[in-house]
Amino acid sequence: MSGWPILSVVTFLPLVGALFILLIRGEAEIANRNARQVALWTTLITFILSLGLWTGFDRTTAAFQFVERNEWLGGAITYHLGVDGISVLFILLTTFLMPVCILASWEAITTRVKEYMVAFLVLETLMIGVFCSLDLVLFYLFFEGGLIPMFLIIGIWGGPRKIYSAFKFFLYTLLGSVLMLVAIIYMYLEAGTTDIPALMAHGFDPEVQKWLWLAFFASFAVKMPMWPVHTWLPDAHVEAPTAGSVVLAAILLKMGGYGFLRFSLPMFPLASDYFAVLIFALSVIAVVYTSLVALMQEDMKKLIAYSSVAHMGFVTIGIFTFNQQGLEGSIIQMLSHGIVSGALFLCVGVVYDRIHSRLIDRYGGLVNRMPKYALVFMIFTMASVGLPGTSGFVGELLVLAGAYQVNTWIAFGAATGMVLGAAYMLWLYRRVIFGELVKADLKNILDLSRREIYIFAPLIAVVLWMGIYPKSFSDFLHPSVEHLMTQYQQAIAAHDAPTKLASVEAAQ
Amino acid sequence: MTPAVLPDLIPAIPELVLAIAAMALLVFGVFRRDDAAGSVALGAVVAMGVALVGVLSMMPDRALTFGGMFVMDGFGQFAKAMVLIASMLAVVMSGGYMKAERLERFEYPILMLLATLGMLMMISANNLISLYVGLEMQSLSLYVLAAFRRDSVVSTEAGLKYFVLGALSSGMLLYGSSLVYGYTGTTSFDAMGALFTAAGYEAPVGLIFGIAFIAAGLAFKVSAVPFHMWTPDVYEGAPTPVTAFFAVAPKIAALALFARVVYEPFAALHDQWQQIIIFLSIASMALGAVAAIVQTNIKRLMAYSSIGHVGYALIGLAAGTEEGLRGLLIYLAIYLAMNIGTFVCILAMRKTEGMSEEISDLAGLARTRPGLAAAFAIFMFSLAGIPPLAGFFGKFYIFLAAVHADLVPLAVIGVVASVIGAYYYLRIVKVMYFDDPVVEFERPMARDMGLIVTVAAVVTALFVIYPTPLLTTAANAASWLMP
Repeated sequence: MSGWPILSVVTFLPLVGALFILLIRGEAEIANRNARQVALWTTLITFILSLGLWTGFDRTTAAFQFVERNEWLGGAITYHLGVDGISVLFILLTTFLMPVCILASWEAITTRVKEYMVAFLVLETLMIGVFCSLDLVLFYLFFEGGLIPMFLIIGIWGGPRKIYSAFKFFLYTLLGSVLMLVAIIYMYLEAGTTDIPALMAHGFDPEVQKWLWLAFFASFAVKMPMWPVHTWLPDAHVEAPTAGSVVLAAILLKMGGYGFLRFSLPMFPLASDYFAVLIFALSVIAVVYTSLVALMQEDMKKLIAYSSVAHMGFVTIGIFTFNQQGLEGSIIQMLSHGIVSGALFLCVGVVYDRIHSRLIDRYGGLVNRMPKYALVFMIFTMASVGLPGTSGFVGELLVLAGAYQVNTWIAFGAATGMVLGAAYMLWLYRRVIFGELVKADLKNILDLSRREIYIFAPLIAVVLWMGIYPKSFSDFLHPSVEHLMTQYQQAIAAHDAPTKLASVEAAQ
Repeated sequence: MTPAVLPDLIPAIPELVLAIAAMALLVFGVFRRDDAAGSVALGAVVAMGVALVGVLSMMPDRALTFGGMFVMDGFGQFAKAMVLIASMLAVVMSGGYMKAERLERFEYPILMLLATLGMLMMISANNLISLYVGLEMQSLSLYVLAAFRRDSVVSTEAGLKYFVLGALSSGMLLYGSSLVYGYTGTTSFDAMGALFTAAGYEAPVGLIFGIAFIAAGLAFKVSAVPFHMWTPDVYEGAPTPVTAFFAVAPKIAALALFARVVYEPFAALHDQWQQIIIFLSIASMALGAVAAIVQTNIKRLMAYSSIGHVGYALIGLAAGTEEGLRGLLIYLAIYLAMNIGTFVCILAMRKTEGMSEEISDLAGLARTRPGLAAAFAIFMFSLAGIPPLAGFFGKFYIFLAAVHADLVPLAVIGVVASVIGAYYYLRIVKVMYFDDPVVEFERPMARDMGLIVTVAAVVTALFVIYPTPLLTTAANAASWLMP
């Protein structure tokens, strides 16, 4: 392990960049250019530093690594950072996507550029913090703090209904999380600590677990988002600027799934087992229902937003199967969805920047003028549908395999979603890309610029890498997922043993 | 017969400083008339500063004086320091406003000084009589301050309203005190405490009534629902710096007094008063969250906001534990920073034709005055309790105490109310950041105001980095009231 606090540096470096941007003075034009440059370089350096996590990570253990610990609020609440196989990839996903987001906003954002870049850098700090904090209060701080920059991003640089969407996003998520805060306080008083590894080993009373689980569920279900509390998502996605949608879909949504993996399963295993049926029911409804809704959308961003809800339904099914395939599948599905949905929003952004419309009807026949764009869009459409060889396939296959072991009908429901997913994505692709190029303003639309190619190239590379050789990612996961499962099974066994004993005694 | 000796004056030095300074400045002011306003204000700030030094340099021992009527301890030290800081800042904030509104009169700082003296007396009250004397001294000064703009109808109406309702509440307090005296035979807190903790003591019904009346009187002073009716009108009508003063210093003093009353003499009757405070708390949080939504005047909005915040602070009292008291003190300290900062921002809403109080006039502030808007937004998010800002920690420790005292439903109501309340704080951020500018405020902000708002914003935003000093000081202070 290296001697310097890599996690703190990666987490707070963007904040330093934000401070630099605040100090920029001068003429608007030059200041804007400098702000963009500083933001890009900050995110790039953060990404390069975070690669130290990739190379330095010990793939054979489930223990937390790169641990840092300092006094903070006094008593048992400390500044405790660390990563394991589950969280490290999410940090890399975040640092990888941030430069892409900054580049995607290069020309699209022309007003209040400084504030925009500051908001994104602050958001990056908070997102990385969520994935590496090992203290519940610290986690909550990052988790909730992210609402502030996102609220401003949607509200200032969003579309026509931005104010409604920003408020809806903020209040929905806040309402979900404050209940979690009460649960966190309760756990602190019950266990005497907010240290995540200590709480995982604590073992709460089965009845209490149910209440705590529900409180955490309220927060993660909204964030995820699960049906029926998903309605903030299409609004927020549609109105947010392109890069805002990317961050929202790619990273913020993953916090819900991460939360289930990090808190609900290891800390409340009995309640997770008890409520799994509820999760399956909601997830299957989400997969089928939102897929059908997606079929009917006329707005490209809305369509992708609904497809996100459906894909997140797969993730929750995978998590609550409690088996190796399901869990690993759900994590890979989250990573894959992070990149693919982000890229799809970028694809929408490309044409939106040119025509300023997101309506599917406004387009058609783009392949004639934009062959490169058509290719890029196709790769991500296929990845979203789950074509073998792309990242989407690996995750969905594993989740289905995991679900099949639990219940055939769940697997059946999820598979229906896959079919519908193929339908709406391919139909979208056909309507936008193929057909006659009849609309006048599309006749001289320009193909991808060099900057846009730079944005998409790394995304395509990662999608194919994850699809063709997923081992380099799943290697990170194995020990941690196995550890999670053993913990879970032990807790269930320990709980069942006395009751079985009691029933045997009663029978005698 | 014991010979008449001078009481021990050492524990009361800060109060003496303020009293002497108030009288001296009054004489000075009368001789110099209105051109003395500036120097009297300076004198008042200096007097408060000296008193603050006096408070801080005191030995944190429990010291009784004036025949046991006056008590000074670590808890009083913490609360008095907060009150003095708030009052000093309020005097400083008033300077520019009073000059611009042609309200520069030398009585103004003196009234603030006297009100502050009353607050310090309240915090140190150890007897029902000294409690009442301190409270009235504070209230009478505040009535006059509320009506300070004599030629404005709203201001005089605010003063009158405050006076009539305040007199009513004082009456209730006195009635409660007389009942308590009748059933206990003493007005001394120490003697009451000893009586109630005696083995086998059953509280008679009349005493419970007395406690309820005292609680009602105090609830009026902290503007807890259902005794809040005066708050919006007084906040709106009073001159803005006076509103800033009202929003912080008297609240801190009255809550500290409330805490001393329920924790020291009535500690053993916890079950009796806890229900009253829980009710006050829930009602205040709910009303504060809902009623503020429709306000268009920023001062009225802050009035409802302060009602809501008192509701949260009362949770700390309702817990009835040392943790609750610590939560209350942390909450008040953070509330002080956020509210002073917010009111400096409101004072900066000055158009060429006069002060503006309309929220809609803040439109586009982020573009015309980015620094001010950022500070304002920090205070709003913090008041809403969004981490990582200081306001979150205030709520966190309050809820922590509530859950520990088995008041989980109260904590849940609190967090839900905070989400509803978040809406109107967000609305201000929305107006500043999302809307297009319409009015331009007068540009230069006085240097002292700029300094206050910067310090308040930095404290609010960066509290998360180094919270330990406040946490430990508050914990120490809280331990003084516990047996």
